[in-house]
Amino acid sequence: MQGPLLDFLRAARSAGLRISPAESIDAVRAVEVVGFTERERLRDTLSLVLAKTVEEKRQFEECFDRFFRRDSFRTEGPAGPGAAPSAPSVSLPGEAAGGGGGGALARMLLEGDQPGLATAMEQAAAEAGLSNIALFTQVNLFTRRILERMGLQELEREIAQLGDAPAATRLRQGRDWLREQVKDFVRQHLQLFAEGENERYREQRLQQTRLTAISRRDQDRMRILVRAMARRLATQYGRNRKRDRRGQLDTRRTLRRNMGWGGTPFLTVWKQQRIEKPKLVVLCDVSGSVAALAQFLLLFLYSLKEALSGLRAFAFAGELIEVSEILEREPVEKAIPQIMDRIGFGSSNYGNSLADFERGWMQILDSRTTVIILGDGRGNRTDPRVDILKRMADRSKQIIWLNPEYRTIWGTGDSDMLRYAPHCRITAVCNTLKHLERVISDLLRDGG
Amino acid sequence: MSAAFHELLHSIEATERGLEGVGYIASRPIATAVYLAHHLRKPILVEGPAGVGKTELAKAVSAWLGIPLVRMQCYEGLDESKALYEWKYGKQLLYTQILKDKLGTALGEEPGLEAALARLHGFGDLFFSEHFLEPRPLLRALREPRGAVLLVDEVDKADQEFEAFLLEILSDYQVTIPEIGTVQAVVPPIVLLTSNSMRDLGDALKRRCLHLHIGLPDAKLEGRIVATRVPGIEAGLRRQLVSFVQQLRELDLKKLPSVSETIDWARVLVLLHAHALDADLVRNTLNVLLKFESDIETAEPQLAAMLQKARREAEPVG
Repeated sequence: MQGPLLDFLRAARSAGLRISPAESIDAVRAVEVVGFTERERLRDTLSLVLAKTVEEKRQFEECFDRFFRRDSFRTEGPAGPGAAPSAPSVSLPGEAAGGGGGGALARMLLEGDQPGLATAMEQAAAEAGLSNIALFTQVNLFTRRILERMGLQELEREIAQLGDAPAATRLRQGRDWLREQVKDFVRQHLQLFAEGENERYREQRLQQTRLTAISRRDQDRMRILVRAMARRLATQYGRNRKRDRRGQLDTRRTLRRNMGWGGTPFLTVWKQQRIEKPKLVVLCDVSGSVAALAQFLLLFLYSLKEALSGLRAFAFAGELIEVSEILEREPVEKAIPQIMDRIGFGSSNYGNSLADFERGWMQILDSRTTVIILGDGRGNRTDPRVDILKRMADRSKQIIWLNPEYRTIWGTGDSDMLRYAPHCRITAVCNTLKHLERVISDLLRDGG
Repeated sequence: MSAAFHELLHSIEATERGLEGVGYIASRPIATAVYLAHHLRKPILVEGPAGVGKTELAKAVSAWLGIPLVRMQCYEGLDESKALYEWKYGKQLLYTQILKDKLGTALGEEPGLEAALARLHGFGDLFFSEHFLEPRPLLRALREPRGAVLLVDEVDKADQEFEAFLLEILSDYQVTIPEIGTVQAVVPPIVLLTSNSMRDLGDALKRRCLHLHIGLPDAKLEGRIVATRVPGIEAGLRRQLVSFVQQLRELDLKKLPSVSETIDWARVLVLLHAHALDADLVRNTLNVLLKFESDIETAEPQLAAMLQKARREAEPVG
């Protein structure tokens, strides 16, 4: 009875649920307690044991329904057009040839024995190891293997022997129908067992693709990935954390703590360092090619909100505006086009934008603020105003500059990157999701 | 495992009926969870929005099985001295004082220092024994002779370290006290942990638990819950009220009214001797359901339409 359950666990894993071996054992034990008889009950039970978040519950239910709905055969189409019902009277050469049960498949086809065929197919599929299917290119391979195990060769021989007899036509139709059925069955399995594999592969690839090169089709998937990544970081760093400074007694708090027993220090209290949540100001270049990257950075930061205290976002191209409010109000995927409408697509002017910032918002920088600037540092040969960046660096805790271009081309052409770089604590190449995650995670770890 | 529970928990249906008997209307997944928790000896992690009856479930199970409820409220900074055990420092101090006076007589006859020390060792770890142990909720739950329902409330508010500390209890029903040793549960308690999803809990904790998500109930279930909790309410009014609340939940609100608010509102209406919902009544009591000024403002313009629909839906049956 464990066979189908284990198959289901595999299917659930490939649907994206994380199921540990311990949970598999729990599932088996739980099913022993409640039994296999009632589908609803089984579903409740497995959902309790296997799915551990609301999102996972939804995935689980989808997968459960898909898995237990695949009752093998489409019942509406018996063997070919009008073939089966009248068939039994036809005598089969398979018997004459003494094929020792070789004619079983032919007989089932002629008699329209649906359950028999279904069982045979399931069995053949199990023998062929169908649940190991991983790629869509394997569909034909597995179809052939299953058909062979069901006795296709035998069937072909019989058809050849029958020649032009009406039974042969019927068998031929039956064979084609069966092939389609098996193929469908294999495809279903592919969907059930292999979907997750493909998904995982695609996600891995996406994480390493340059963000500017991601196609529109993949952007939705990207957003989901970004959110998931941000959520992971947020839970890790979402709270105020403390770090013990080893060996330093906090005298005041020790005395206070031990007041109850006359100041005899039963309990010692050590000095601690609080790791603050970072306070961020983000300046994003939204001109031309950097915009795609800016979108993901902003999405990332906004999904991270709970791990940050106060986030101000600015966008600039020719000039600079604050976009925190737009981002607050609208989901990022809608907000970005809005921002682009207002200032985007112009040629960037870093000097001008920095001047705008100094004029309007310089006072929000303080010693706890980290400034992240995202841009290629190409100001189209306008005055870079490095002096403003220097003043910003003096006021704030640090400046981190993320540049989508590779280091080797910094400073070439109209790039002012090398002139800005001395005032930044960190300059980093950042053009894939992996890079982005690494930078933000470092930032959170040190408390900005 | 106590035979009495086993009897009561012999099937999922029995569990459902049993909980209903103490006034808790359990949906099928809830009953299944309680049933499995007992048979697999696993804790249940209950998640869901505030006010859907997470804490109430623990109370109901304890009332139904007739075993004590040990509740531990979690908060940031909770540590093992508050959750598990604490030494009675005051008593220890007092005893040392007494012992100081008696020390002379106790050791008096010994000829030399070494003998005196040996004698002193003989007293053993007098101060770190059961007598000086102050059990806190977790330890208390383990030592209940007939078993207990242990409710670890709002576990998401506690620190991550505390979560790690819970693991031993949750998987083996035992705790280790360095000075004494390992304390094993007399009867494994039924453990419920609740969480409001303030933060994601660790995988290790989740893996050890059955995960039950209680959402907002559908109209039918909510009707039954109100009927059980507020027996004085008329059937017609109850249907109107449930339909109204269900519609309210479809609005875009900051905080959706949950079951506890529905029950409160039902009580209020009974107190006011209402027989049917009308516009004034709803407007005056809406603050029982909606806790934010902005939510009330959102709902206000649509009250009339919702009321009408609620009346219509309540009619055909009543």
